Amino acid sequence: MDAHVAQLQMQYRNYILSLYQQGFLDDQFTELKSLQDDGSPDFVAEVLSLFFDDCVKLVGNMARALDQIGTVDFCQVGANVHQLKGSSSSVGAKRVKGLCINFKELCEAKNYEGCVRCLQQVDIEYKTLKAKLQDMFNLEKQIVQAGGIVPQVDIN
Amino acid sequence: MSITRELTSKKAEESKGGVKWIKKPLFFMIMCCLTTSLVIVLLMSSGKEEETGSCNGEARVLYRHQNVTRSEIHDLVSLFSDSDQVTSFECRKESIPGMWANYGITCSLNMRLEKEETQCGHDNSKSLIPWNLINPSGLQQSLLHPENHREGLDWDLPSYLRNTWWCLIFGLLVCHKIFVSHSKPPNEIEGKTNLQDSLAQKQQQRACRGAGKWRKNILLLGVIAGVSMSVWWFWDSNQKIILQRRETLENMCDERARVLQDQFNVSLNHVHALSILVSTFHHGKTPSAIDQKTFGEYTERTNFERPLTSGVAYALKVPHSKREQFEKDHGWTIKKMETEDQTLVQDCVPENFDPAPIQDEYAPVIFAQETVSHIVSVDMMSGQEDRENILRARASGKGVLTSPFKLLKSNHLGVVLTFAVYDTDLPADATEEQRVEATIGYLGASYDMPSLVEKLLHQLASKQTIVVDVYDTSNASGLIKMYGTEIGDTSEEYISSLDFGDPSRKHEMRCRFKDKLPIPWTAIIPSGLVLIITFLVGYIFHDAISRIAIVEEDCQKMMKLKARAEAADIAKSQFLATVSHEIRTPMNGVLGMLKMLMDTDLDAKQMDYAQTAHGSGKDLISLINEVLDQAKIESGRLELENVPFDMRLVLDNVSSLLSGKANEKGIELAVYVSSQVPEVVVGDPSRFRQIITNLVGNSIKFTREKGHIFISVHLAEEVRESVNIKDAVLRQRLAVGSSASGETVSGFPAVNAWGSWESFKTIYSTENHTCDRIIKLLVTVEDTGVGIPLDAQGRIFTPFMQADSSTSRTYGGTGIGLSISKRLVELMQGEMGFVSRPGIGSTFSFTGVFGKAETTSSFNTKFDLAIQEFKGLRALVIDTRNIRAEVTRYHLQRLGICADIVSSLRTACTCVNKLGGLAMVLIDKDAWNKKDFELLDGLLNCSKETTTRPTKILLLATSATLVERSEMKSSGLVDEVVIKPLRMSVLICSLQETLVNGKKRQPSRKRTNLGHLLREKRILVVDDNLVNRRVAEGALKKYGAIVTCVESGKAALAMLKPPHNFDACFMDLQMPEMDGFEATRRVRDLEKKKIVSGEMYSSWHVPILAMTADVIQATNEECVKCGMDGYVSKPFEEEALYAAVAKFFESDG
Repeated sequence: MDAHVAQLQMQYRNYILSLYQQGFLDDQFTELKSLQDDGSPDFVAEVLSLFFDDCVKLVGNMARALDQIGTVDFCQVGANVHQLKGSSSSVGAKRVKGLCINFKELCEAKNYEGCVRCLQQVDIEYKTLKAKLQDMFNLEKQIVQAGGIVPQVDIN
Repeated sequence: MSITRELTSKKAEESKGGVKWIKKPLFFMIMCCLTTSLVIVLLMSSGKEEETGSCNGEARVLYRHQNVTRSEIHDLVSLFSDSDQVTSFECRKESIPGMWANYGITCSLNMRLEKEETQCGHDNSKSLIPWNLINPSGLQQSLLHPENHREGLDWDLPSYLRNTWWCLIFGLLVCHKIFVSHSKPPNEIEGKTNLQDSLAQKQQQRACRGAGKWRKNILLLGVIAGVSMSVWWFWDSNQKIILQRRETLENMCDERARVLQDQFNVSLNHVHALSILVSTFHHGKTPSAIDQKTFGEYTERTNFERPLTSGVAYALKVPHSKREQFEKDHGWTIKKMETEDQTLVQDCVPENFDPAPIQDEYAPVIFAQETVSHIVSVDMMSGQEDRENILRARASGKGVLTSPFKLLKSNHLGVVLTFAVYDTDLPADATEEQRVEATIGYLGASYDMPSLVEKLLHQLASKQTIVVDVYDTSNASGLIKMYGTEIGDTSEEYISSLDFGDPSRKHEMRCRFKDKLPIPWTAIIPSGLVLIITFLVGYIFHDAISRIAIVEEDCQKMMKLKARAEAADIAKSQFLATVSHEIRTPMNGVLGMLKMLMDTDLDAKQMDYAQTAHGSGKDLISLINEVLDQAKIESGRLELENVPFDMRLVLDNVSSLLSGKANEKGIELAVYVSSQVPEVVVGDPSRFRQIITNLVGNSIKFTREKGHIFISVHLAEEVRESVNIKDAVLRQRLAVGSSASGETVSGFPAVNAWGSWESFKTIYSTENHTCDRIIKLLVTVEDTGVGIPLDAQGRIFTPFMQADSSTSRTYGGTGIGLSISKRLVELMQGEMGFVSRPGIGSTFSFTGVFGKAETTSSFNTKFDLAIQEFKGLRALVIDTRNIRAEVTRYHLQRLGICADIVSSLRTACTCVNKLGGLAMVLIDKDAWNKKDFELLDGLLNCSKETTTRPTKILLLATSATLVERSEMKSSGLVDEVVIKPLRMSVLICSLQETLVNGKKRQPSRKRTNLGHLLREKRILVVDDNLVNRRVAEGALKKYGAIVTCVESGKAALAMLKPPHNFDACFMDLQMPEMDGFEATRRVRDLEKKKIVSGEMYSSWHVPILAMTADVIQATNEECVKCGMDGYVSKPFEEEALYAAVAKFFESDG
């Protein structure tokens, strides 16, 4: 039992580290995790779900805006990107944030092709992140179910 | 730049030309004066010559007169000397003076004319006969004559003076006008310095052109005036010449007439004298003393006295009653004149004449001169002319003249003069009857007029130039020409009357010049000169004016070009700035992507490529940044910040940044800041850091494998008074003097920085010295590098110029860094300089003006706690190099550690007991010696027992590998190895590790602090982004705050109504509808209104903090402007959040 928990914990640690190393997450996520305590046990999950909802909504908005070929409202797209950027930086979704920065510049440059490409990337990226985080939460759940505690992962 | 310089020099030249130009009118004035004075002198001298000439003429006449008189008397005496009749003659002689007086010419000498008087007086002294004998009419005339001259001169002189004055005034006027017109335009130019304003330029051009036209008009006026003056001058002097000529003619004519008259009168007197002679010696004596022979002889001998008479004869008055008696006495009959012409007729024999017809009386000639002896016995009364003459003569008692007629012999025109001879002395008022009664005979003389006149004229001056005619004008209807020729200029004639002593006959003399009026050169030359000068000066002026116009035009062109060049320069800089900026944006993209690429799974090769690309990109970015800086500085767009910063921290930053490179090369890097430099100064930290980084980077680049780089900061005042320097490091450096092999940080020789300090003006200038809000810092970066070649030292600050082209190959770099640094230093109102010796090293120094911070609070809050911890500890520094030990001490002092210095372990052993309570001993690696150390260690361990705290041993090393370090540590000899360069963070870390054994308490402390601060605080979070909102809420809640969230500015406004229910508000800036700025502004407006209305509560001002993702200066300023109290970066970072909120809640907490 303990061994299983230890293995799970190891797996969990490695997984988190890989997430950091591959640039999916950054310090802010650590910061976010540190905010979660007994008072708000599902704080991270709550925030992340909010974030992904936001992502779905914003990506949808942007896709709609970019669909209107010829009359693309880059301002609206920009505003959406800005929102997304703020959200992603808050949760520490590093890759999404990086993409958003580029996306915003492209948007300001009114580069339609770039925007479309970027939007696709963002779409892929957040979905990947969602999947990865889902895995992480699953692992957490498994650890908890196994009677262990979720370990604190020091990235540094 | 060069264009500007050229322009300024051109301007200077122009002004110089102006000065030269002013000289020209002056020259012209002098020329005018010279010519006029020359002309005056010439005219005056010519007048004088004439005077003397005429005077000479008179003198000659006078002299001749005297001679004549003298010789006459002489002759008379000689004639009578042998005939014992001298007595009677003598008495007669006495009456002669009286006779001369009859002419009634008075001698009135004008005493004013001294010159003439002396001249003539000279002549006077020559003459033997006294002046009263002969009253020289000629002299008198000659005396009056000069007066005329002088009068003429008196009139001439003022007129010339007037001319000169006109000249002068005219010249002055022209000068003044031109000067004024010339001096005006430069003023205008000066007045309108802003040449970029095209309107002003145009206006100025117009003004210039106007001035040019005006100048041309003046020139034209001047030339016209000059020409007209010249013409007027010519006319004036020509007129004067004509007048003078006329005067000369008049004078000469008068003179001739008078001389002729005098000569004639003299002759007349002689004849008169002869008549008296006859009356005395022929009639007064019985028997007669005169017979034909005597008479003939006498008359012949005295003929020289009457050079004008061709002959004299004496006729006796014989009444008809006595004819026969008479004829009988003389033995011949009285004969009748055959023709009208009774005078000398050739081949006429008196015997052939018929006897005279019977008349009342006869006048037969009894005596005659030899030349006319043929007329003896001829009755004079028989000729019509002679008869009238005789009758008139005896009636008047004076000499009487006939009208001119042709003399037979000479075929010349002549006149006959007749005198009556009376037997008794008649009273002066005798009547005609009495005279007729008393008449006993007649004396006649014939005059040859032409020869008379000719002789006379020969004696006078300028006979060649003048033509003289003599006319008898007794008969008004028909003039009889007695003498003269037809030649000569008849246009101007002067007539002077002649008086030959016969009132019934009138004569006149007409004079004229032989030659026509000569060309008046004296008038032509000066006026011609004036004309030439006028044209010359006009030409010069014209030249000058056209030159001015050209120069002005050039100047305009230059101005335009200058403006264009400047515009181009600005455009270039702007272009550079823009392009650099534009390059930077995509470069950031490239770099970001590369970074992301590196984060993906790459194999070693790919990673290497990516890293190379990333490094190159970074280099490119830094180069672009440098170019951008350069361009910004050049276009004057770079402005320095003025924020308070800790200089020591900046230097720590730089040294830690560059320590890697320095350690790689084995170079010792040391930083020292004088204790007199305040902790916090106001300036631009990033630019300061840029300069330092650049200098140190260069130093590292050019230093090879050994030596040191030493950065030191002092106050400029410290260096100024080199006598009493308090700072130990500075004293040691300067005390070394000029020798390069003195004490340095590493022991390798370095160049003394004093050389570059000396050239700084800012150090020694006392201005701003009194102002205590400003501090001047002197920063020196000393290295032991290759040094700068002497020939390259001059161009080291030129952009893109390195010491030589091989430098960039060996060391890399573009060479723009130093140029930027220098410019930045100049922007800091400082100077930059260096001294360098090839092979030894270089020392760069710069000064900068910084402000003094108002608050003395330190910036390094990060280390505050640590410093608290170390405060009051004591340390011993063991170092062979004093200067290095001082640097170490400086760093320890920053931590509040008091340090003592000893130079070796051995000396440390001796004093370690005295210095009780040492917390640590810092030993430099150079001073390391195992044997001595063991000794020291023993000593320290002894004391260890007594003290509660063991003395820690720290080794300071420039470079040490990890292996070395762990070896040292594990050997137990030293507690810690500190790698130089020393800096606060490193030192704190090391000390904490050794002293506190790595207890990490800081974060927990801080967290509690933050929690303490925010606990129970009501905080409003405004953000449109749900995720952000949630995160912020979570973060703040974690610190115990009561958080309320709203999602828009409007909602926030509704919540934030004073009096406030919230302790603080975190506001996102970018929100739809109403952004953070606007919301804050409105909140502040509401607060203000309430305060105005007088309601006072404690919670009037709610602190509003901006939440922003990009913390840049502009945003910060904007935040403050709209009333925000601060900002925190998003997402929240603990420390930043703490720092931001601490301000507001500290007092409560």
